[in-house]
Amino acid sequence: MSAPASLSAVEPRFFTRTQWAAFLVPTLLLALVLPLLNAFLPADSFLRPSDFTLNLYGKYATYAVLALGVDLLWGYLGILSLGQALFFALGGYAFGMHLLLMIGKDGQYKSDLPDYMVFLGYKALPAHWEPFYSFPFATAAALIVPGLLAFVFGWLAFRSRIKGVYLSILTQALTYAAALLFFRNDFGFGGNNGFTDFKRILGADLSSPDTRRWLYVASVVLLAGVFLLYRWLTRAKFGHLMQAIRDGENRVLFSGYATARYKLFVFVLVAAITGLAGALYVPQVGIINPSEMTPEKSIEAVVWVAVGGRGTLLGPILGAIFVNALKSWATRAAPELWLYILGGLFVGVVLLLPGGLVSLPAKLRAFVARLRRSGDVPVADASKPSA
Amino acid sequence: MAHPILQAEDVSKTYDGFRAINALNFYLFPGELRTVIGPNGAGKSTFFDLLTGRAQPDTGSIKYADSDAAPAIDLTELNEYEIQRLGIGRKFQTPSVFAEHSVHTNLVLSLKGPRGVFASLFHRLDSTQRDRLDALLKLVRLEDKRHWKAGLLSHGEKQWLEIGMLLASEPRVLLVDEPAAGMTDEETHRTGELLLSLRGKHSIVVVEHDMTFVKQISDGGQVTVLHQGTVLCEGKFDEVQSNPQVRAVYLGRGKH
Repeated sequence: MSAPASLSAVEPRFFTRTQWAAFLVPTLLLALVLPLLNAFLPADSFLRPSDFTLNLYGKYATYAVLALGVDLLWGYLGILSLGQALFFALGGYAFGMHLLLMIGKDGQYKSDLPDYMVFLGYKALPAHWEPFYSFPFATAAALIVPGLLAFVFGWLAFRSRIKGVYLSILTQALTYAAALLFFRNDFGFGGNNGFTDFKRILGADLSSPDTRRWLYVASVVLLAGVFLLYRWLTRAKFGHLMQAIRDGENRVLFSGYATARYKLFVFVLVAAITGLAGALYVPQVGIINPSEMTPEKSIEAVVWVAVGGRGTLLGPILGAIFVNALKSWATRAAPELWLYILGGLFVGVVLLLPGGLVSLPAKLRAFVARLRRSGDVPVADASKPSA
Repeated sequence: MAHPILQAEDVSKTYDGFRAINALNFYLFPGELRTVIGPNGAGKSTFFDLLTGRAQPDTGSIKYADSDAAPAIDLTELNEYEIQRLGIGRKFQTPSVFAEHSVHTNLVLSLKGPRGVFASLFHRLDSTQRDRLDALLKLVRLEDKRHWKAGLLSHGEKQWLEIGMLLASEPRVLLVDEPAAGMTDEETHRTGELLLSLRGKHSIVVVEHDMTFVKQISDGGQVTVLHQGTVLCEGKFDEVQSNPQVRAVYLGRGKH
């Protein structure tokens, strides 16, 4: 809590000193210290994060950007989109096209055409693929293609004042339809195999630890940048209006704001940024296929946000990392149980910790304070939240 | 007499065969404080919906004329935010304030000014606006609670905050739906004084049930009685009160 003088809600300080420290320390640690340790410490040093670890963290960082977008829409604006993974995957596909072309003649068929095109009997590269030889074009496409789709969908939906569960269902239908489309070979994007076997990015070998380290750093920097952007957005009058639309759209409308335009702006912005995260995700995992667009993927992202704490910007990041770390472990230890764990986690958080992981410290403090007041150590209390 | 600022002529609106508004004529003159009464289902809220773009009439015209010189604007073609931007503000029956925002922020979001996306991204309060906010907080007696979450205010305070939000947008016309609902007698009286003090600067329509309150705010002004979607009678409070038709509608259902 800050002093009342600084409480003036519309023009707050962007960060207090403590908050700057809380932002900069982990960002520098992740974006600078870890990569340096990885690059320069001897391979057997216990302080050295492995190549695998960095790669994993890079993937989590792109997931966290996806989660931040889900939360900006859901936690701040009140729009539960069950199709955000579509924008992530579209960004991935757009950038994947570039990576696929960069394979050159190193594919299995030693052709200029991507392998799947040779396999399907293409004679020449389709014209709309040509510009994807350019790295800047592909990067721009990773932003613009998801943004454009979000614009068309959002324009129709928000203008018609579709809200709540109806909008959620529509977003889910959209991602499902897109997945079905991309699964088809004749749609022209590699069918169910998608794109894979990437060899290089900007001339650098994708299998080298150096390249992968840079991709990891780029992911962390993107996450930090998106966090700052969303922080700025939510602290501005614009952010207050987002929350006002969430809590009482009528009042905002009758206060003279075209709420549909506000929703459209956020929806498109988030889609474009999510697409960029998808573009960084693909070279790190080495594959993009239509399974990334299935509704489960979007719902998983919603679970990350719920687990981390919706309506906060730290929550989605923590949630994305925590749930995916759990998934990495569970899918190795007990793959058949993963969906039950995920479902249980969601139900558990909703029932026991509605504020998510970020609300845990406050809950624990309150719990400890209660213990202190009651004076004695209670016997095992089944109702208490477990730490 | 001056030109009406708000003029509804021969307006009808039917919902699923139910005639909510039936050949209604209504004229509001600049600076006037008009009280609208009527039993439940008389069409008071529907009337406000039609005036504010929430609903469109089946037939009839609704026009707004900012001044005698300005051409009348057809309100039936506009939506909620376009009508608000013309200077017609509405307060809802159940107080609708932003519960998660501070009292201060509630007012900031309502202040007159550009409403676009980019204006909101780069918005800064200037000193005139700060003074205006302070004056508004004083007017609605929420100075001490400016940093409170609006959701924590009492029912009466929320009503006042919403009136403050309405005034923040500096409307020409105020449409106020049951401002005294849920207030103590003292709060109700103060609300009446506030509305009376706004008379002249704004043109005001107040829909109300509480007859003590209606008597207080009508204060020599016109009272319109709505019944079954149309105007039953119009006149000073005493005239309306002694009108046998009005008595029949309010007291003896079925006699009319």
